[in-house]
Amino acid sequence: MTQTVLRLIGVTQQYGIGATAVSALSGVDLEVQRGELVAVMGPSGSGKSTLLAIAGGLAIPTTGEVVVEGAYLSEQSPKQLARLRRRSLGFVFQDFNLIPTLTALENVTLPLELDGFRSRAARRAGRDALASVGLEDKASSYPDDLSGGQQQRVAIARAVVGGRRLILADEPTGALDSVTGELVLKMLRTRVDAGAAGILVTHEARHAAFADRIVFLRDGRMVDQTRRDGAESLLTGAR
Amino acid sequence: MSVRQSLLAILDQGPCYGYQLRAEFDRRTGSTWPLNVGQIYNTLDRLERDGLVEKGDVDDQGHVYWQITDAGAAEVRSWLDSPVERGHGTRDELAIKLAVAATLPGVEVADIIQTQRRSSLAQLQALNRAKYAGENPDGPEELAWSLVVDSMIFAAEAEVRWLDHSEQRLAMHPNHAMALALSTDKPKRGRPALRQAQGPVAEPVEAPESVR
Repeated sequence: MTQTVLRLIGVTQQYGIGATAVSALSGVDLEVQRGELVAVMGPSGSGKSTLLAIAGGLAIPTTGEVVVEGAYLSEQSPKQLARLRRRSLGFVFQDFNLIPTLTALENVTLPLELDGFRSRAARRAGRDALASVGLEDKASSYPDDLSGGQQQRVAIARAVVGGRRLILADEPTGALDSVTGELVLKMLRTRVDAGAAGILVTHEARHAAFADRIVFLRDGRMVDQTRRDGAESLLTGAR
Repeated sequence: MSVRQSLLAILDQGPCYGYQLRAEFDRRTGSTWPLNVGQIYNTLDRLERDGLVEKGDVDDQGHVYWQITDAGAAEVRSWLDSPVERGHGTRDELAIKLAVAATLPGVEVADIIQTQRRSSLAQLQALNRAKYAGENPDGPEELAWSLVVDSMIFAAEAEVRWLDHSEQRLAMHPNHAMALALSTDKPKRGRPALRQAQGPVAEPVEAPESVR
């Protein structure tokens, strides 16, 4: 059964007004299903990061709707929006964005604690998330003691902790060497296969190829997309 | 050329008979370049003619073991020590196609680029799938396979990057292309050297609205 985790409906983002208005995004429609990883490619300034910010409720589109797990973001109060971001969304950035004074486990459980989870429940969920990226033995390490690849895996664990369904990744391999980057993408792919949905913004074709579908942006418009060929994952394709 | 050299390098590890040599080659290349046994024997015959291998013992089952000569061992060393020379020249089919397309009035080069990019990305997805389908990703055969598949993945990626770059270059060009009508200046017969140097070049025609 397919389940739509994210829908963008006619999303347009304009900066400025009147004759000088610039469109960062124009009429973008996009759906991401559970178990699906969608890569977004396009030249610099094509609107990739704007799309991700809008999908994550960090920016409000000029027109159009964003629907995350059935909830229309335009209908949420700021408080509800903040809660939805904490509970449904996980961001993965190029530069990891871990808090250096917190351990790996504390970084992962932070969003749950902000959300009012009891400490023990948060720690249990955090350990599960770390285990899902193969880092159960690094729970008490600080970011500085971890390699770049390990830090990014902690960031992925933080993005999926507590059953979050939508992972939004902005050039997650940009700061990693190519072999480590590939490992991180495999990890991301595995988390999506386990029931999440993801958007991966990348300019590297090799990494976009991990996605089920690739959409192309140019000047804020979706100019093309590859078809989705079945629900099979790249990691299990031959089975 | 690399088949001949690879077989020689395997023989440098010890004598092998034909089928065995084929199996060793498969094992070391992740079976990405299957050879038929005829190719193996043809290659061995040529290597023997060139004095790089020779026939050795025959076992009970009639297998002829081929062994490397000193000259053959030296050839292996020289192969391993020297870089592989790639083909030179610019006659890449896709590069020529884009270059010509960019001069054709009314042709959307951006569409040609996108069609190619879609195809290259589909190829990349298929290669990724092939790469991760193995049972034991850390086994020696999977490693050999991964090395070969990686080379195809990076080549496909390089093509996509070049397409991205070309698209940007065309987007920044004032006319998004350099449409050329057929030149009215017909080339004369004879050798270029006998003609006056530097005939006039056709003036670029303004690209129609449809050419982006």
